[in-house]
Amino acid sequence: MTPLLDVRDLIVDFPTRRGVLRAIDRVSFDIAPGEVLGFVGESGAGKSLTGAAIVGLLTWPGRIAGGSVHLTGERIDTLRPDRMRRIRGRRIGTIFQDPLTTLNPLLRIGHQLTETMLTHLDLTATEARRRAVVWLERVGIPDAPRRIESWPHEFSGGQRQRVVIALALCAEPDLVIADEPTTALDVSVQAQIITLLKTLTRENGTAVMLITHDMGVIAETADRVAVMYAGRIAEIGPVAAVIRHPAHPYTDGLMGSIPTVKHKAERLRQIDGSMPRLDAIPAGCAFHPRCARAFDRCLIDRPGLLAAGATQAACWLHAPEAPHG
Amino acid sequence: MFAFAASRLLQAIPVLLTVGLISFALFAFVGDPVTILLGQDHTEAQRLEMVHRLGLDQPFFIQFAYYIWAALHGEFGISYRLAQPVSRLIAERLPATLELASAASILAIAIGVPMGVYTGIHRERWSSRLFMAVSLIGVSLPAFLVGILLILLFAVSLEWLPSFGRGTVVPLTSWWTTGFATWSGVRALILPAVTLGLFQMTLILRLVRAEMLEVLRTDYIRFARARGLTDRSIHFGHALKNTLVPVITIIGLQFGGLVAFSLVTETVFQWPGMGLLLVQSVAVADIPVMSACLLLIALVFLTINLIVDLLYFVVDPRLRASRDP
Repeated sequence: MTPLLDVRDLIVDFPTRRGVLRAIDRVSFDIAPGEVLGFVGESGAGKSLTGAAIVGLLTWPGRIAGGSVHLTGERIDTLRPDRMRRIRGRRIGTIFQDPLTTLNPLLRIGHQLTETMLTHLDLTATEARRRAVVWLERVGIPDAPRRIESWPHEFSGGQRQRVVIALALCAEPDLVIADEPTTALDVSVQAQIITLLKTLTRENGTAVMLITHDMGVIAETADRVAVMYAGRIAEIGPVAAVIRHPAHPYTDGLMGSIPTVKHKAERLRQIDGSMPRLDAIPAGCAFHPRCARAFDRCLIDRPGLLAAGATQAACWLHAPEAPHG
Repeated sequence: MFAFAASRLLQAIPVLLTVGLISFALFAFVGDPVTILLGQDHTEAQRLEMVHRLGLDQPFFIQFAYYIWAALHGEFGISYRLAQPVSRLIAERLPATLELASAASILAIAIGVPMGVYTGIHRERWSSRLFMAVSLIGVSLPAFLVGILLILLFAVSLEWLPSFGRGTVVPLTSWWTTGFATWSGVRALILPAVTLGLFQMTLILRLVRAEMLEVLRTDYIRFARARGLTDRSIHFGHALKNTLVPVITIIGLQFGGLVAFSLVTETVFQWPGMGLLLVQSVAVADIPVMSACLLLIALVFLTINLIVDLLYFVVDPRLRASRDP
């Protein structure tokens, strides 16, 4: 079966005066229809950029410098801007981080909803309006027929994110890229929003690319997870396997830094050092300066994704001839 | 909204009284009206008699109260130079200035806003760079030079347009004469309107461009793109509206400026408006006219400010919510 989204060796460059910065370096993954693929990593690891590159919304001067993106078999990274526009919203929806800034403050939310639907779907204005009310009800806005006339500032943060979700889903896309959908929200609201996103996408059979740095959200929501480090995928695999048996030393470090209810550690483990800057990514494995288990090969050769139990990890420890297996 | 308008009107009263005080003080400090009226040769008795007749022996604030009372009834005294009631002089001149300022404003908005949007959207195009370079000339060339150059080219060399005056005017009311009704009146309006509007046009162009660049970077524009809305809708439906608040402010203030400071343009083109009247009055210290002009200009500014404030409410729903529960 062709995957819904197939990203192969994606490279994103930022040309600057002092040379080209490679922000995404040969990232490959695929998403099946209806699947939820989580993306975790530190700030600047390239999670959001990967999402932006897929929908063709990289901010200038960033550009795709290599690789390919296929959506149900059709190559979309080379499409003309107008063809790509028709895919955004209609085939791939996007949810952004901060609901306080993602809604146009000067347009009623009903207008923003109907405009999105009328752009992509063959509807009459009356039908679009009826559906807009239904969408508001589906995302849990009470008194939807009246609230549709409201302005964005008349909603709370959590409600606004509900409206954003309605906007992202209203043209019935096959895939939603949710870029830190709960990060800007109150902790008490986060769970509600994630549950809502899960329910709606499951009902519609929408696949989700869930970008977050919250492992808890991933554990609860995602089918598979990709761990990103310095613009590369360090490890990718089923959520349970990655959490219980992390195969990459970086993933292992990440999991160790999450407090658990069972083991009340005095101090949380942390990974020494910090992620390299884009202009100083080490040769070989980008993680090797911080890795306790690095050996000669890690300093020279960059590892590709290697099978490691149930997951795949970009780590030479999993090469057949590795010293410590 | 009504309460807001009322409070703004109340705030205008002290401003007008202050300006009235300054314009009234002109009589006391710029020349001696008694000497001006009686000439150099007069007896002390004649002088005292005149001082009494003019009420100049009254205390300052009584005189000021009389002045304000008269001004409220449209009485500004008699012009020293033309020996006519100031109110009638101004009433005859005001339409010419208002028509010129309106034509200049409409020209500036009709060209400045679309060009600002264009250069903001396509900032990399060579045509945008050309517009920006030309607009720099518009901002930096003084009006008298532009006017003289235009006269030289279109009136003297090409002989397409008249170089001075209002052409044939048609009376609309007892005192309002319009140049819009005849071909000759419209032709006479073109060169002065271009001269007066050029600076505003380039200012609006640059302001709209800067605001567009700002707005196009916001999250809600990114989200609009991510929903696959058309460029046309994003630029004009979503972005332009968000640039309007500062643009309206500047256009409003500039219109006040056009009315108040059209004197250079009016002098160059011998345009029979308020500016020309003011220049001629200053030359011979015609204080009643000067003080009346001062008050009128203050009134124009206050009126425009009020209109601008009310327009904010129309544009931005957030203000309606915070100020008018």
